[in-house]
Amino acid sequence: MHIVVCVKQVPDTKIIKINPKTNTLDRRSAPAILNPYDAHAVQEAVRLKKLVGGTVSVVSMGPPQATAIIKKSVEIGADEGYLISDRAFAGADTLATSYALSKALERIAKIKPIDMVICGKHAIDGDTGQVGPGIARRLDIPPVTNVIEVTEVIEKDKKVVIKRKLTSGYEIIQAQLPCLLTVEKEINEVEYSPLPNMIRAAKYESIIWTVADLENVDKVQLGLKGSPTIVGKMFSPPKPEGGIRLEGTANEQVNKLMDLLMEKKELFTLQTTK
Amino acid sequence: MNLSEYQGVWVFIEQNEGEIEGVSLELLGAGRTLADKLEVPLAGVLLGDGVRSLANQVVYYGADEVYIIDHPVLKDYRTESYMKGVIELAEKYKPEIFLYGATPNGKDLASAVATDLSTGLTADTTMLDIDLENRLFEASRPAFGGNIMATILCKKHRPQMATVRPKVMKALEVDHTRIGKIIEETISLKEEDMRTKVIQIVKDVSKKANLADAHVIICGGKGMGDLQNFQLLYSLADSIGASVGGTRDVVEAGWLPHHLQIGQTGETVTPKIYFAVGLSGAIQHTVGMKNSEIIIAINKDPNAPIFDVATYGIVGDAMEILPKLIEQFNELKNHTGGELSYV
Repeated sequence: MHIVVCVKQVPDTKIIKINPKTNTLDRRSAPAILNPYDAHAVQEAVRLKKLVGGTVSVVSMGPPQATAIIKKSVEIGADEGYLISDRAFAGADTLATSYALSKALERIAKIKPIDMVICGKHAIDGDTGQVGPGIARRLDIPPVTNVIEVTEVIEKDKKVVIKRKLTSGYEIIQAQLPCLLTVEKEINEVEYSPLPNMIRAAKYESIIWTVADLENVDKVQLGLKGSPTIVGKMFSPPKPEGGIRLEGTANEQVNKLMDLLMEKKELFTLQTTK
Repeated sequence: MNLSEYQGVWVFIEQNEGEIEGVSLELLGAGRTLADKLEVPLAGVLLGDGVRSLANQVVYYGADEVYIIDHPVLKDYRTESYMKGVIELAEKYKPEIFLYGATPNGKDLASAVATDLSTGLTADTTMLDIDLENRLFEASRPAFGGNIMATILCKKHRPQMATVRPKVMKALEVDHTRIGKIIEETISLKEEDMRTKVIQIVKDVSKKANLADAHVIICGGKGMGDLQNFQLLYSLADSIGASVGGTRDVVEAGWLPHHLQIGQTGETVTPKIYFAVGLSGAIQHTVGMKNSEIIIAINKDPNAPIFDVATYGIVGDAMEILPKLIEQFNELKNHTGGELSYV
């Protein structure tokens, strides 16, 4: 089975700092990491490979330094990594991103036909979750989003059984291969990389493609030009008035809060259960 | 693309086994405002198997029209079948705005539809408006990082689409006197053509009882210091019958499972009382809780933005305040021999 995982380099939001003057984020303050959901996606592909055999490739769109997350994916256990990197991709929204990645996937499929594409549920810098289903549509394969378990791969029937998270609970879906999955974090634990993987990753040279390396590309659909959405304006939301700031010592503040809450009879009552 | 051909505001009506999701009713409320500004009809788009009887409800909550596709192949939500139905409707009737709930199914559907219609889609919006002068839909969402909102526009493509977070918009009062137009369409799909099958749906009742339905929520942030201090929140929760949730930081740190995360990428909650303890109140968090009826903030930093949304603010060390609060509540209960209950 050939599984391709789409990965993205993102700033680490746990560490990123906000510039208090401009209210925007200081990207320099954050190290770039493999999007955490994508790490789970790579891990799942590696797990499935161990189960049924095959190859795991990863593909990313980004600047040249995004090869770092391809190396990281190789550490987790990916066999090959492709980076599409070109100024023509810059400024892409989710529609243009899914277009570019689908062209890369078509090219990869020529090297080795693809049985499954896995993406993280969303990237932590945009939080949209729109690129995965977009790629599935462009490749005309069924998408299954919010996957929490790949229960079974039935290779001879080219089918896969999946648990998909719902608003409340989950559903069990059977999908034909090839298909595209987007995975939640609970799908697996990202394991510590064994030493041979680390050594291989350190030496690994990603395969880098520009637009010219892809086939049948409609350049109008790439990057900023291919993006129907634009950021109109950024603004601070109207500040709510704020309520009552309680004053005094800790004891005084707590007492005051209790008094205020007890006045809220419409919400909060003390019922004698006897 | 001739933009003026596209008219009207549409809301995708998500239903589960014959019950309309709350977010769809909220979107009819929000969509009504947009449609009135544009002076166009508001339509609900209802797909499923045996869902005709739900059409009236869509009208009672604000729609002028309901587009229905009722077909056995639409019994359970699947991207491929729902997408096909929605795309065919949109291509035929050409709405200018199309809203979906930011639920797993709503986001999945909207992403697929946007791709096929080659149009713009804004994810997880929390504010919707119209720029009347340019007749543009303004879909705003908290931007990554700071306390800032970004308005996303889709100038040259139609429909302008957005997913909208549940529990942010308000549903209208139900009005049984409203009358709407029902437009029924068919779908050319056979079960044999489908590449996915839903084998079983397993409802989780335990999780729902946790946050979405809780009357009182105690939410802790990284300001609690460590996992041991965080446990104090459970003591307060026990004393007042509350559920405990956390910020993204807390979930990332592994102090709580993801389903207890409150905020932009977690749950949106609207309890009667919300305790925000040791959390700064970044917009990614506050979008998920700001509609709570009473918000009590406890934070050491007097400038923390959480105080802007708080009903009552206590500036102080949670480790000092919480034990006193727990003591007070326990005393209150012991004194009267009663239990706190919430209306």
